[in-house]
Amino acid sequence: MSPVVGKPVNRVDGPDKVTGTGRYCGEIVLPGLAYGLIVGAAVANGRVVSIDETAARAAGGVFGIMTHRNTPKVANQPRLIPSLAGQPAPGESFFPMQDDVVHYWGQPVALVVADSEEAAAHAAALLDITYEPGVPVATIADGRASATQAKTLFGGLMPATDERGDVEGALAAAEVTVDATYHFAANHHNPLETSVTTAQWDGDRVTLWDSTMGVRASQLTVASLLGIPLSDVRVITHFVGGGFGSKAMVWPHVTLAAMAARHVGRPVRLALTRPQSFTSNGHREEQEQRITLGAGRDGRLTAIRHRKLSVTSPFDDWAEPATGVSTQIYGCDNYLGDHQLIHGNTMTPTFTRAPGESLGSFTLETAMDRLAYELGMDPIELRIMNHPPVDNHGNPWSSDGMADCLRRGADLFGWAGRDPTPGTRQEGNDLIGTGVAGAGYPVAFMMPVQHARARIFHDGSVVIQTSAQEFGIGVTTSMSQVGADGLGVDMDVLRFEAGDTDLPNTTSAVGSMGATMQSSAVHNAATTLRNDLIAHAVNDGKSPLHGLSPSSVKVADGRMTSTLDPSIGESYADLLQRNRLLDMEALGSWTPPGMDTPHGLLTFGAQFAEVAVDKDLGLVRVRRMTGVFAPGRVLNPKLARSQLLGGMLWGLGQALLEGNQIDRQSGRWALNNLGEYLVPVHADIPDIQVDFVEVEDDVVGPLGVKGVGEVGQVGAAAAIANAVFHATGRRMNELPMTAEVVMNGGGPG
Amino acid sequence: MRVTCVVNGETREADDVWPGESLLFVLRERLGLPGAKNACEQGECGSCTVYLDGQPVCACLVAAGQAQGRTVTTVEGLAPGSGEEQLDRVQRAFLATGAVQCGFCTPGLIVAVHDLLARDPAPSDPDIREALAGNLCRCTGYEKIMEAVRLAATS
Ligand code: FES
Ligand code: FES
Repeated sequence: MSPVVGKPVNRVDGPDKVTGTGRYCGEIVLPGLAYGLIVGAAVANGRVVSIDETAARAAGGVFGIMTHRNTPKVANQPRLIPSLAGQPAPGESFFPMQDDVVHYWGQPVALVVADSEEAAAHAAALLDITYEPGVPVATIADGRASATQAKTLFGGLMPATDERGDVEGALAAAEVTVDATYHFAANHHNPLETSVTTAQWDGDRVTLWDSTMGVRASQLTVASLLGIPLSDVRVITHFVGGGFGSKAMVWPHVTLAAMAARHVGRPVRLALTRPQSFTSNGHREEQEQRITLGAGRDGRLTAIRHRKLSVTSPFDDWAEPATGVSTQIYGCDNYLGDHQLIHGNTMTPTFTRAPGESLGSFTLETAMDRLAYELGMDPIELRIMNHPPVDNHGNPWSSDGMADCLRRGADLFGWAGRDPTPGTRQEGNDLIGTGVAGAGYPVAFMMPVQHARARIFHDGSVVIQTSAQEFGIGVTTSMSQVGADGLGVDMDVLRFEAGDTDLPNTTSAVGSMGATMQSSAVHNAATTLRNDLIAHAVNDGKSPLHGLSPSSVKVADGRMTSTLDPSIGESYADLLQRNRLLDMEALGSWTPPGMDTPHGLLTFGAQFAEVAVDKDLGLVRVRRMTGVFAPGRVLNPKLARSQLLGGMLWGLGQALLEGNQIDRQSGRWALNNLGEYLVPVHADIPDIQVDFVEVEDDVVGPLGVKGVGEVGQVGAAAAIANAVFHATGRRMNELPMTAEVVMNGGGPG
Repeated sequence: MRVTCVVNGETREADDVWPGESLLFVLRERLGLPGAKNACEQGECGSCTVYLDGQPVCACLVAAGQAQGRTVTTVEGLAPGSGEEQLDRVQRAFLATGAVQCGFCTPGLIVAVHDLLARDPAPSDPDIREALAGNLCRCTGYEKIMEAVRLAATS
């Protein structure tokens, strides 16, 4: 339909990145810049008894030290609501350094500001802090007895229980049942850029360069905490070095940077160190999930009971919601999904790529594999027969594609003819297995109205603006494509501006919704401007198009022509110049479908993996992966493929490498650096194939974009675990599946 | 102390350098060259890779004083001129294949690939994986980076 949407154009922000000239938020040059460093609590529970600053202050280069004794009291502590909702979005409903109580290890207890990073680190090391420690409870093992049933999640935004039919009755009556319990270690996002904020005051107004996934969320949260008008807080973000959820919510350091800059009377840069990125921007919580499936001999599911137990902070009812996919991807009349919480000595966990559903789907999809073995059915056929045409409320999918993803994936991967018997294929020391999993990710709709502005100058050049920033996924590029097509101009004459709260409001780019929200608003702004320009031309007595009906005017390359006679026409620039208009602009807005939309909203996919398991050492190597997805319209296949591939590799990391635990005695994270918390590297990558199933969707937005940020990860770990079973005959009930887990028969349950 | 070295072809001086400072800090904070990134500060991610006398090093692990009198080349110094046509072939290949997402790993990777191709003009896939195993990327899934190396090798 259109000239550039859907084309694999190169990133427009690429040149700045390959030459190293793009400035990230920790690279803003300001005269008199000072460097802040947070000092985290060295106990996980207790009280700060004393802080002796004498040696630190004498160390030289120190501009100021903040502790609970001199940190300003926050004006208004907002409660935790996901940044997608367009309200203040603190990572936790708690602000540190307001009193002497310590709730978790690493909680900020002091902030040193000095003339260099080194000087700040040196002075911080000289702070003499004593504590009165209490006994921490920070793990499932220690907190199990105190677990309670959660009523709501996310500050009341979501019910924590989802129930229909009679699960217990249906399970008791089921011809076949499967029951499995899993333990999942905590995960950390570890974007390569740790979170950083640079703050500068000008009188009563503060500007923050903040490495965030949502400039608006930072503005709302900081204004609320400081008690100043929104118009006095400007947040700018031009480059972000990855987020994966760690920058979706606004953590205390953002506001602390503003407080510190005021305290020392200079601009301050406050970056989390790599170890602090394990303690200060949330994590995917340690969790246990239990699933029980009931089915008939024919393979039809009759009951699903899916329960999650996890650790949250003392202040928030946060749990990644784990049952949003298991309640609807397969049809089942009797369902119970719920969440139990342990309030322990950790910070509030947060969104981590494919939040909730990556582990929720792991649980469901490995259970489906067990069921396929129980029934002696092919796991693909079992999934296809249970995948319904409607969601759990009986609403038709806005678009589907699940069965096609499974079938296309089976073809690409070479599934046909697979002998399902476990432990039958061996190559040298390696046991070889293959596995499959379904994938789904909810399309979120809780956002406010989205806005964008399109402006054309009388020389024909164009600027399109929205506030939500680029953070690596390529919105600058894909929105340039959408704007160019909407207005009917070449991409070369158009610049997309974003990452600034002074621009028209769009919500944080989280939950895979960035592309959907922004593209809808940008599309509407650009087409509104196009229509305004056409209306101007047909009403202008001097225009060659005068008197034509607007519907018989088309635009390409910035030139309006009659559809009846293409030789009749003029350019936008001609029209503007003749009328002595310096520019014309239009605002576009888009109202997301409400939560009551009569459609099922999931993005579907299918994942396949082949593994080799060293039978003596338990080492698992993924040899190849195939992922097929149906994400609606793909704005730019080059960008989308890269996002999905990255997601699949996150699934591999989650399956085999990534895990952390809190030490029960000290309440401290055991790992706090990239040398010990292992993430996939070049040498780990298998041969990966990504493909698309095209589906049209006219519910999710004018362009039908469903998003690719999360679904690539969903199901990847399950496909790997199912392949490990096929290879070894052993079920793995623990992630990551380290060599110890594989050798020791797979963990609990 | 004062540190003098040749950076991207120009003699540069940094004054009042604290002996504990890293070369990475001096490049980023004192010489205005933010290309090499600081992502782990302990030699585990490769984001800070620069050439020191023609050898790729993690600038976070090099003390500033060790650069005294030596030659440093950063990602900012790889392109012979400005403008997209003037980019180094490795930079062009990263753009063409879409090997860049958030871009935080990119400068270090580009220097590492530049070095790999200088040593081995036609590396095999396992050689590429091995050579780049110390350069973490959290966004791309690495496949596009492999493609970029293959493309750069043939251009
Ligand atoms: S910052 Fe030097 S290797 Fe990570
Ligand atoms: S592109 Fe983001 S870390 Fe590599």
